Amino acid sequence: MEFRIQSAQLRPEEDRSELEAPSCGGYVSFEGWVRDRNEGQEVLKLEYQAYEQLATREGARILDEAAVKFPIENAVCVHRVGELEIGDLAVWVGVSSGHRDEAFRACRYIIDEVKQRVPVWKKEYYASGDSGWVNCEACATPGHSHG
Amino acid sequence: MKTLAIEYFAIFRDHAGTDKEILQTDADTPADLYTELTARHGFPELETVKVAINDEFGDWNTPLNEGDSVVFIPPVAGG
Repeated sequence: MEFRIQSAQLRPEEDRSELEAPSCGGYVSFEGWVRDRNEGQEVLKLEYQAYEQLATREGARILDEAAVKFPIENAVCVHRVGELEIGDLAVWVGVSSGHRDEAFRACRYIIDEVKQRVPVWKKEYYASGDSGWVNCEACATPGHSHG
Repeated sequence: MKTLAIEYFAIFRDHAGTDKEILQTDADTPADLYTELTARHGFPELETVKVAINDEFGDWNTPLNEGDSVVFIPPVAGG
C-alpha cells in the first residue's frame, strides 16, 4: 500500500508492477486527466498544491480503509502537484486483487475518498484570463451553482 | 503570548502572500487564531475549513501550545 504526492510526471507503468502478485487475478486502475473545461469555462492549465505531510497520512488511511472494506491484495495511489497542462495525468489509482469485483469497488472507493478528504487543491487558469481555486472561489460567488 | 508556525496553502496562501510565517499570538485555540488571521489577511468566507495541528487533523477548540504548527485547510479539490 502506498500513497504519495509527487511533482514529477506520473509513470503508472512503474507503479503497476508493484501490484503484480501470483495470487491476483485482476487489476483495476483509474487515471484522472486535466480536462479543457470546467463548469462552462475553458481551462488552459491547472496548478495543484498539496499539504504533503497530511495528504500522505490521509491518503494512506484511505488505502488501509479500502483494504479492510474489500479483500484486495494491494493498492497504490499517486497524486501529482505543480503546473499541469491539458491532458496531463493528475492522479492515478491502481488496485490488484484475487477477483475483479473487489478491485473495481476498492478503486472507486479510493478515488472518491481522495477527492473528498486529501488536502490537495487545484487552481484553474481560464481562457478568459481569470483564475480560481476550485471549490473555494467559484462557490463563493453569489448565484453560483453546480450543473 | 505563544509562538506558532503557520503554513498556508491554496487560497489562504494567495491572501496571506506567503507560504509560512512564525506568529506571536494570544490565540488560545485554532478558532481564535482563524479569526485573528482572517482579520489580518482578509480570508474569504468559505463553507468548510478544517484545521491541522502538528500535521494531523485537529479540533477548532483544542488548546494551542507553544511551538505548535497550524495549517488551515480550505475546501479540497484533488483528482
